Amino acid sequence: MSEQVTLDQPEDTAPEPAKDGASGAGAGGGETLLEVSGLQKYFPIHGGFIVKRRVGDVRAVDGVDFSIAAGESLGMVGESGCGKSTTGRLVTRLLEPTGGKITYAGQDITHRSRKELAPIRSEIQMIFQDPYASLNPRQTVGSIVSAPMEINDINPSGGREKRVRELLEIVGLNPEHYNRFPHEFSGGQRQRIGVARALALDPKLIVADEPVSALDVSIQAQVVNLLQRVQKELGIAFLFIAHDLAIVRHFSQRIAVMYLGKIVEIGDRASIYERPRHPYTHALLSAAPEADPDDDGRERIRLAGDVPSPINPPSGCRFRTRCWKAQDKCATEEPPLVQIGGNVAGHLTACHFPEEPTITARKEDIVLDPALAAIEEAAEETP
Amino acid sequence: MTSPSQAATNADSLTPEPAAGSGGPDAKGTPALAGRTPRQLAWLRFKRDRVGIICAIVVVFFILVAAAAPLISALYGKNAYDLYGQDDGLLNSYGLPIAPNGGISGQHWFGIEPQLGRDVFMLLVYGIRTSLLIALAVTVLAVGVGVLFGLTQGYLGGRTDYFMGRFSDFMLSFPQQLFFIAFSPVAISLFVGVGDPESWWVRPLVLIGVQFLLGWMSIGRLVRAQVLSLREREFVEAARISGASSWRIIRKELLPNIWSTILVQSTLMLPVFVTAEAGLSFLGVGILPPTPDWGLMFQTGATFYKSDITFMFFPGIAMVIFVVAFNLLGDSVRDALDPKTLR
Ligand SMILES: Nc1ncnc2c1ncn2[C@@H]1O[C@H](COP(=O)(O)OP(=O)(O)OP(=O)(O)O)[C@@H](O)[C@H]1O
Ligand code: SF4
Ligand SMILES: [Mg+2]
Repeated sequence: MSEQVTLDQPEDTAPEPAKDGASGAGAGGGETLLEVSGLQKYFPIHGGFIVKRRVGDVRAVDGVDFSIAAGESLGMVGESGCGKSTTGRLVTRLLEPTGGKITYAGQDITHRSRKELAPIRSEIQMIFQDPYASLNPRQTVGSIVSAPMEINDINPSGGREKRVRELLEIVGLNPEHYNRFPHEFSGGQRQRIGVARALALDPKLIVADEPVSALDVSIQAQVVNLLQRVQKELGIAFLFIAHDLAIVRHFSQRIAVMYLGKIVEIGDRASIYERPRHPYTHALLSAAPEADPDDDGRERIRLAGDVPSPINPPSGCRFRTRCWKAQDKCATEEPPLVQIGGNVAGHLTACHFPEEPTITARKEDIVLDPALAAIEEAAEETP
Repeated sequence: MTSPSQAATNADSLTPEPAAGSGGPDAKGTPALAGRTPRQLAWLRFKRDRVGIICAIVVVFFILVAAAAPLISALYGKNAYDLYGQDDGLLNSYGLPIAPNGGISGQHWFGIEPQLGRDVFMLLVYGIRTSLLIALAVTVLAVGVGVLFGLTQGYLGGRTDYFMGRFSDFMLSFPQQLFFIAFSPVAISLFVGVGDPESWWVRPLVLIGVQFLLGWMSIGRLVRAQVLSLREREFVEAARISGASSWRIIRKELLPNIWSTILVQSTLMLPVFVTAEAGLSFLGVGILPPTPDWGLMFQTGATFYKSDITFMFFPGIAMVIFVVAFNLLGDSVRDALDPKTLR
């Protein structure tokens, strides 16, 4: 796969899905489908003996803003534990937000109850990371895929079974597997079943939480291709969560980089990949496995150590404990997510001292690994 | 690998048209395993377990005996109430069977009861019937309530879980045997006024009641633990995203996954209740004579075991076989249902 894969806005080519009721607010294209502002999720930590008190919070998501247009795919990347899954679960309203606002197709769904959510339930679906935990081992493929239709009382013409068989075909499975159980399928096939389930209600937005991370590398590409086809041809908007930039590169028109509960940089794909400004984005890009190891034209940044605890995040800029450009200002003042001079519109960065918008090699590699630094130091001392 | 550009030329491939999809990307991975349900797999595993099969046969035999007691009585030509020993003069002046080995004969296969002279075979058959029926009722009640309790506790979680959990701890902390012995007479007096004759159903009802009262917690805890882990699973979240109600999630997503626990636990609970019922009757707070009962047979047997062990022998052997078979069956069922033993 390379750059010739065209990923323009899909709505000009996308055929209307065959099913009825598919037209709605998003069909116009380009208009905002999902809008998230100041979204927060704090998980309380209880402590104390006998009398349980709230002793602190895990600030999993702490003020996140982004929007997704109809038919668009937003990639969300960041290290483990930075709050990507929590963001996804907030958007699908599996979790109740602590603060902020989620607007879907013009309606505020931030604190809607299950019953109030019913009308839009069919429009937001999710694909999960673990294909083994996401399918009920006691249900057949048929009942798994038809469950969303059953729950929402949708009766497609020709019956639900016919629709399920169609869906199985769409995701590249044999429709004859209708009566089989999940344990009879491989990881990749299971993930396809998960995709079929997500498509069952003709959604407008799919949150895909690391949908290929648990799969074999050889299978990953197939599933990503399937999702890409789905996105382009059915015009479904995606929030595609991944932990490195390599996978979303081919999938998403826009990329958001998350660090410790906040978005540190967001922008168009080309802008993020070619002209990144935030030091963390630079580090992620240079760590992407796709970077050709023999290619000396690219910068090398080794970022080690752990993400600080979200219970007690660093003051000011949260990245400052691992940033090579950190100065006093970074500890006292939180950098706002703004458009920095020299960036194209829509490319926002949260950094006081942004990097140059280039990914070419530096004079010196940046190594930020305390352990490695110590070893190298010791090696230099002993001749 | 279908490249996206290729798919794009064939833009209609996502609308239901058999052309594109089926031959798709990893059709090669079609599993060789011919579509077997988890239940069929469990049955296959169980069939290979010889001990399990034998135990199942034994257990079914006991259940059949209990169910068909009147039929057996008709075929055998005796019943559990007639005092054959006294009527036919088979007892000596001490009330012990004259014939050796407890009076075993072609007429009375397992001998006759000392003193009253009832037929031991018939006593045992009807005794098994009484004990098994009571134990079955307790099991059904305890499993039903325990599962409901555990489901609610695990599914709702949080504060509800905490308080329900403390309640079940409280119930568990009762000294069971002592409670049964001390409380049964109290419970009986609730139903029977002073000086009134006791109706036949009072004793069984009280036995069922007190045992159930202290019997549902263990399965409740197991179910709670399972539900707690299951409800965090992604397939439950998937159902929730589609808008499933709690009731549907419990019914369709959770219950099918805890059936095996319920089944195994029930097969392990039943023999416990059978022995408990026998124990209570033995101690005199359960079923009263002349109702035939497994536990009462031990009571009589204990009185006469010095002069004649035969009367203790048959109910004892039957009880041992029953309990061992039921427990081994429970283990086999668990092994069969556990996907980890899949081979
Ligand atoms: N239910 C919860 N209760 C308490 N803390 C939670 C809960 N869910 C997530 N967290 C915490 O919130 C933080 C963010 O978690 P999240 O799962 O969103 O990370 P992630 O970016 O998806 O990471 P990964 O790449 O490992 O999936 C973590 O520190 C995690 O421990
Ligand atoms: S604000 Fe400071 S610490 Fe944060 S990324 Fe920019 S330079 Fe580094
Ligand atoms: Mg995650």
